[in-house]
Parts: sequence; structure tokens; C-alpha cells
Amino acid sequence: MKYLCLIYDNEQNWDRLPKAEVDAVMAGYHKFSEDLVTSGKMISGEALEPVHTATTVRVRDGKTITTDGPFAETKEQLGGYYLVEAVDLNDAIQIAARIPSAAMGCVEVRPIMSFDTP
Amino acid sequence: MTSGSERPLRAQIDAIYRDEARRVLATLIRLLGDFDAAEEAMHVAFSRAIDRWPATGIPDNPRAWLVSAARFAHIDQARRTQRFDASAHRVRESLYPTHGETPDQSPDVHDAVIDADIPNDDSNIVQELVDDQLRLIFTCCHPALAESAQVALTLREVCRLTTEDIARAFLVAPQTIAQRIVRAKSKIRTARIPYQIPSLADVPARLDAVLHVVYLVFNEGYLARTGHSLTRADLCVEAIRLCRLLRDLIAEPEVDGLLALVLLHESRRSTRVTPDGDLILLEEQDRARWDRALISEGIALVRRALSTGRVGRYAVQAAISAVHAEATQPSDTDWQEIVGLYDVLCRLDDSPVVRLNRAVALAMRDTPDVGLRAIDALLEAGVLTSYHLAHAARADLLRRLGHYANARAAYRLALSLTEQPSEQRFLEQRIADLPARDQPVT
Repeated sequence: MKYLCLIYDNEQNWDRLPKAEVDAVMAGYHKFSEDLVTSGKMISGEALEPVHTATTVRVRDGKTITTDGPFAETKEQLGGYYLVEAVDLNDAIQIAARIPSAAMGCVEVRPIMSFDTP
Repeated sequence: MTSGSERPLRAQIDAIYRDEARRVLATLIRLLGDFDAAEEAMHVAFSRAIDRWPATGIPDNPRAWLVSAARFAHIDQARRTQRFDASAHRVRESLYPTHGETPDQSPDVHDAVIDADIPNDDSNIVQELVDDQLRLIFTCCHPALAESAQVALTLREVCRLTTEDIARAFLVAPQTIAQRIVRAKSKIRTARIPYQIPSLADVPARLDAVLHVVYLVFNEGYLARTGHSLTRADLCVEAIRLCRLLRDLIAEPEVDGLLALVLLHESRRSTRVTPDGDLILLEEQDRARWDRALISEGIALVRRALSTGRVGRYAVQAAISAVHAEATQPSDTDWQEIVGLYDVLCRLDDSPVVRLNRAVALAMRDTPDVGLRAIDALLEAGVLTSYHLAHAARADLLRRLGHYANARAAYRLALSLTEQPSEQRFLEQRIADLPARDQPVT
């Protein structure tokens, strides 16, 4: 079963972090990703550029409207994701808990909708 | 087959339903992998029993018969609606691993097929049923579900209370409870919350959630936060039943501790309110009416829990309750012991409410002044300012010190912060009883 782990973190905290700590977190991510690949549970994962680069798009009456920024201003921002293959929610929670940002921000775990079975 | 006894068969079947429905359902949820399908299949099995047992007699192992009949009913149902989805397929495979093809029994399964399906080894069945109950409890109390949903789902699926009963007990609309349960079941299915007993390493953390649900159910019944309703007592009974069941299934000191805690509180439940529903304080309760049997059972459980050396917060709260239970009159209360236990509790669970209770115990052990300073320090920290019991406790100490004007203000503040009618009446009475003028300083 597939789960999407959405990583939310406070970008400002991230900016304030000393370089040595940023390096340590990045090393943690590197290790986590490697372990995930080795365990065969990694489907994909990416980090996102900060929210100030985001553009929100809506189409109304056939017209495309774009606004600067994310769809909602929140204290913690979506900063990346992992799409993983897990046995069940417990397995997915264990994976999510090992994502380094879980210790600073939070990780939302969402099952991927399956259209195979009625 | 069991020979016919004095009781009419229908009454015997009803008794079997009362005793076995919870266990049969737990097993069916595991086998069928779906709450609603299990519920439906169980009802078909019971109605089949009502049809068949008058002719065949009650089988030796009615529980196994019912499980088996329900499994076949589920297969039948799946076949009839031609919806051989993945889960039905799985069940069919597990039922007929060697045959490959389902024997054609449609539309009704013969008794012989059900009989043949019942395993011979009784000890395995017993262990499986125990495990199924545990699986069900741990699934209903999964931390990925909202706490309110855990409570509703546990009362519905483990205790088999109706949605209406749960709604009445929690004073919310039945639709609200129904929605919570439907959403929780949907999350279990869709997000695939596994129907399993957690691994040994995970048990302590997961058990916490289960015990918390039992605690919440009991508290809701015991404290009756809002309104007044007879069904509240049922919640206490259910919490105790649930806790006894857990204790049969899991040997952990905190399970003993929680059972002790609820039993010791239950022992004085009938003395804590007047027939009109007015609150009676611990020190004014008729201790002769406390239930001695529950108290001795509770105290034995506390001792056992404390003797393990792995002391948890439920066991310590139970120990505090036991000290009160052991005092035949309020003046016999060992406040030294109680303050010591609150110190232990503060180390395990350093919450403002625990500290408030410790402050009240301090006032009893030392002087009202000492307790008052401790409560004021807590209020200054700002966490308990909207908690009515903090102001009520403060008012009570001010009253004992003869500061009636300040006591009146504190009682009024407490009154403005509670919606519970019996607590409101209690506080109003306290205000009315206060002397008009402060005691002169001597």
C-alpha cells in the first residue's frame, strides 16, 4: 500500500539554523533516503523550494488566475515529500517518524487512493 | 449436543448472545477484515441459530458454531450479490485452501459443513478468542484515531453499546456519535490501520492509549461533567468491565493500577451525591455505605501493582484513593502519606491538576495557609485560571482561614466557570453558608 509522507517545517527556523546543524540535518536526510531505498520502500521523494517561490493557480469562468504564494499561509510549510510503499499505517508511521523533520516540524501521512478495487 | 435443560431454548440462545456476541464479533472482524460485514454476518449467524437449534439442540461449542456459521453467511452473501471483491476472495481462499472451489451450498449452508468447519482443538480456540479481543481493543484505541473516536468506537465495538446509548451518555446527538464511528471505521479501512496486537516493544505506548480510553469512559460516568443522566452509571460499569477484560488479557502493573483506581472510586460513587443529585464532598460522605468488597479488591490490586516496582500514574492515583478508603473517618486520613504519593505522582505526571491536588493535601497535612500559597503560585503561573476547581479549592481554604469576603469572590469565580448543575448548586450553597463578616484577626 502506498502512502505519501508530506513534510511540514517552519522555513524561518530552518533559515536561522547554524550551518553545522543544517549539514547534520541534511546528512540525516541522506541517510534516511538511503535506508528507505535499501529497504525497498522508497517510491520517490523530493524537497521543495521555499514557499516564497510558490504560485497558486485557480481557473474561474475559464480564466486562469494566479496568486503569489502558497494556497494557505501556515506556521509550518510543505517542504518536501516521500512516496513510500508500506505494509500498513503502523509501518508508514514508523517510516514517517524517521524523517528528520518529524523531530522539528511534522509529517502528515496520507494513504494513496486506490482505484483498483471497487 | 447439549441435552435440553429446564430453561426454554430461546432464553438459552439469548444468554449465549449476551455472553458471546462481543467475542464472536471480535473474531469475525479479524476473519472478514471489515467491521460492518462482521456485524451483519454475526446477526445472520444468530438468526440461523434460532432457526436450527430447536431441531439440533445447542452445539457443544456454540461460539465456534456461530463463528463458522457467520463465515459461511458472509461467503453466501458475497456470492449472492456477485461481488467477489478482493476481501471475499481472501476469505474464500482461507476457508477452502485445498479445495480451491467453494462447495455449492447456496443459498443456505448445511449444518454438516458448519460442524466440519469447527476446529477440534479447544485450547487454540480459547487463545485465538483472547487475541481477537485484544486486536479489537488495540485497533479501536489506535492513536491515529481521534480520542473521541477511540472512545466511541470502543464502546460500540468492544462493549457493544448502541450508538444511541453512547450519545445519551455523552450528551451529544446520536448523529455525532454515528459520524465519529463511521469516520473511524473508514479510516481503519482506507488508511489500513492493521487489525493486530502491537509488537512487544510497542505494547507500553499503545497500552497507554487503551488505558486512557478506559479512564475517560469511567471519568465521564463518574464526574458527569454536564447534566445529569442515569446512563452515566452504565459508563462506569462498562469501564470496569473493559478494565477487567484487559486485566485478563495483559499482565501489566498499570492495568492493575487502573482497575484498582476505578474500583476504589466506584466503591463510593453512590455516596458522592444526594438523591437529588447534589454533590457530597469526600469528608462528608457516609463512609459506612462505601462498598467494602470493591475497596478490598482495589487495595489488593494497588499492593500488587506497587510491589512490581514499575509504578505508573494509575497505580499511584489508586494508592491515594486507597489511603482515603482506609480511613474510617475523615480525621483518620493519613495526609502525610497522601502528600508523599502526590510527590511521586508529580514526578510521573507533572500536570497542573496534579499539583493542585497536592496543594489541597498540603493544606490538610500542614495548614490552610500553606495550601493557599501553593494554589496561588499555580494560579500566578496562569495555567489553572479557568479551572473552576482551582478557585473552589482556594475559596475553601480562604473560608477556613476566616477570610469570608475573599472566599465569596473565589466561590463566585468558580461558579462562573462550571456548567455542571450539581456543582453549581454546591457552590451556591457554600456562598450562602458564608458568614457576612470576616473573622476578626485574633
